[in-house]
Amino acid sequence: MVRHQRLGRARGLKRPLNKEGDCFVRTGVPSVTQSRVGAVPRKLTARLSASDRAFRTVARTGGLVVLVLLVLVGTFLFYRASQALHKAGLSFLTTASWNPNGGGFGIAAVIVGTVLIASVAVVVAIPLSLGTALYISEYAPRSFQRLLIAILDLMAAVPSVVFGLWGAFLMQQRVVSLSRWIHDWFGWIPLFAVHGVTPHETQPTATAYESSTFIAGIVVALMITPIASSIMREAFSQAPPGEREGAYALGATRWGMIRAVVLPFGKGAMIGGVMLGLGRALGETIAVVMIISLEFSIQPHILQHGTSSISALIAAHYSEATPFEVSALMAAGLALFGLTLLVNLIAAVIVSRSRSGAVSEA
Amino acid sequence: MSVIDEPFRSAPSTPGTAAGSPSGQAAASRTTVPSRAAPRPPQPRRQIARVRREDVLAFAGSGASALAATAVLWTQLAPFTGILGFTVVGWCLWVLTYAMLVAFDNNRPTMRDRIAAFAVHSLALLVIMALAFIAIYTIWRGWTALTHVNFYTKDLHTTRSTDPLTKGGVLHAIFGTLIEVGIAMAIAVPLGLLAAVFLNEVPGVLNRLVRTVVDAMTALPDILAGLFIYATLILIFGLGLSGLAAGCALAVTTLSIICRAAYVVLRLVPGGLTEASYALGSGHWRTVWHVTLPTARSGLATAVILGAARAIGETAPVLLTSGVTNFLNFNPVHGPMMSLPLAAYTLVATGLPNYIARGFASAAVLLALVVVLFVLARAIGGRGAGQLTAGQLRRRMAASRRDLTRYDARVVAGQNGTQATSALATDYGGAGA
Repeated sequence: MVRHQRLGRARGLKRPLNKEGDCFVRTGVPSVTQSRVGAVPRKLTARLSASDRAFRTVARTGGLVVLVLLVLVGTFLFYRASQALHKAGLSFLTTASWNPNGGGFGIAAVIVGTVLIASVAVVVAIPLSLGTALYISEYAPRSFQRLLIAILDLMAAVPSVVFGLWGAFLMQQRVVSLSRWIHDWFGWIPLFAVHGVTPHETQPTATAYESSTFIAGIVVALMITPIASSIMREAFSQAPPGEREGAYALGATRWGMIRAVVLPFGKGAMIGGVMLGLGRALGETIAVVMIISLEFSIQPHILQHGTSSISALIAAHYSEATPFEVSALMAAGLALFGLTLLVNLIAAVIVSRSRSGAVSEA
Repeated sequence: MSVIDEPFRSAPSTPGTAAGSPSGQAAASRTTVPSRAAPRPPQPRRQIARVRREDVLAFAGSGASALAATAVLWTQLAPFTGILGFTVVGWCLWVLTYAMLVAFDNNRPTMRDRIAAFAVHSLALLVIMALAFIAIYTIWRGWTALTHVNFYTKDLHTTRSTDPLTKGGVLHAIFGTLIEVGIAMAIAVPLGLLAAVFLNEVPGVLNRLVRTVVDAMTALPDILAGLFIYATLILIFGLGLSGLAAGCALAVTTLSIICRAAYVVLRLVPGGLTEASYALGSGHWRTVWHVTLPTARSGLATAVILGAARAIGETAPVLLTSGVTNFLNFNPVHGPMMSLPLAAYTLVATGLPNYIARGFASAAVLLALVVVLFVLARAIGGRGAGQLTAGQLRRRMAASRRDLTRYDARVVAGQNGTQATSALATDYGGAGA
């Protein structure tokens, strides 16, 4: 009774509502409207106060400044790059050498090197990040979980020069023996061939395996593992608990549950996380520069000494560059930007699609 | 999965007793009424997750056998070399042997479960160990330089290449990093946060455009940002290699990152809070300033700090724009300015042992800075929008109590006013407490 009275007062009625709530609580059809048939719905207008108008102007200006700034960067790069592209024409895509001041220049070699380094990195990083993400979300004890997540996030923020130092001073020598072993036994696969060294050579020159795509790829793999695995972990931990328990109730082992529930649920995030890692691997500069020795020929043998990457090319050549050479470097950089943009775009679409409907929007 | 094995094993015996019972118990009464007089004694709590002895033995035994087999392979059969290959082959053999041992007395799903658990654990261990090892290796190689006080208080301009580690340091790089990151943050933080507020609050065509461009620019390779500043500020405007140019390059790289992170945080502010504010009659600006931003404060702080951590570690843009020097330079507009990542990069490139040690030490200092920033971000943020820390909760309770006394004071003062007003005031006072 008290509730009805309060409801009635809240609605501004003179008398308290009766116990049935005056029928419009139950049916949702306001009886009041019957008396107002034909009433036109009021037009709602909001007149902003001066402070609100000022706020919107400031916010809009801020957005506009950021837009202009970023578009300026893009258009400037594009404008300067087009000068070089105009001169080189289509040969920009097919030439391997880099002599902008005389002779031809193109990105055939550097883009192959970039993609190969990133591919090695992704191939190594997929099992590592998947294993880490599964361990943290499924196997690790609860008390340990938060610490591991924090460590992983911290590792995603470790400067690339630290990875570069580690790769150049430690992995360089350690990986050479592994490279040699792979070459000895799988050298018949063209990808693992090394020119000038036959498999099982007793005294091979150690430098034949140094500064290779493979070593750079392994170091970059460790850099992208934290990023990829934190995206995967987030998706895995959101797998619906009801379905997990359902799988257990049907007698599944833990791995059976992971295969039936967690992995299908996190499929999109797995692909998206790896793609985001790929985007970062493509653009990585310093760690790669410190490891590889730059070589301008299409080099598909990942274990062999010498490779190339677009960012390493820019870092190595900008300082003594003529203005035209700078625009050639920008054209190469723009090709890299296009590649990473495409990869990030696909990743974003996959990640957002995989989450739609699965979790509450936030 | 011993838990699941047990029912399977005992299952065949159950139908047998069920089939035999009708003949044996035909003469007895059909139904049994459990006597309620004697309650069953409380059962001991069963341990459902336990480690069986066989599991431990299989794990350890397969490990030992794999180790032995790999050792034989490496030393006797073929001229293999290298610790990495040894580890890889040993691990593969371990998995195979373990799978075989488990398969002896378990069914196939159990075996798969064991192998998957083994693989997941070892992969995670590998990643954590490798990442921890990277940090430890950096500190270990730089330790000889890190232990000298002059490393933090001197720059390198009087140090010759043959001087011991007791001379010279990286003070110039530490200050350079702080100045450059300071400039970058001064540009990127206000702009990024303002743009994030704009993205969150003012819908429209411009909004979609800005969001698309910000999303796209997060994919900009960092070296390209450096190249942009190099081609504009340095080559066209003639600024020269300087701290300001490096700060601008860092700002270009971090602007889109901070903007996007802040936008994500602002979107997490519960809609109920802002709607309540609008319902109470406050305008757009007041709602943003008094409700949205304070609610998202910790998240915004985290976004900014993580952006700073990212900017501190960037080497490529700085390499192109700041120039290399051994002098301590406080002037960001004039003359080259060193920074920690660049110092690490250039010092180890010299190839001299003492310089390499200094390079690793600067990388270690850099790592420490990142860790400090990260811990700070965790301490400030790490909680959802609207969740209060203990201190914030105390302050809010104190404010609530102050309101109550204020209302009470008003009630006392307004005794000569109408009855309804004072009743209302008491009502609010009660709600506030």
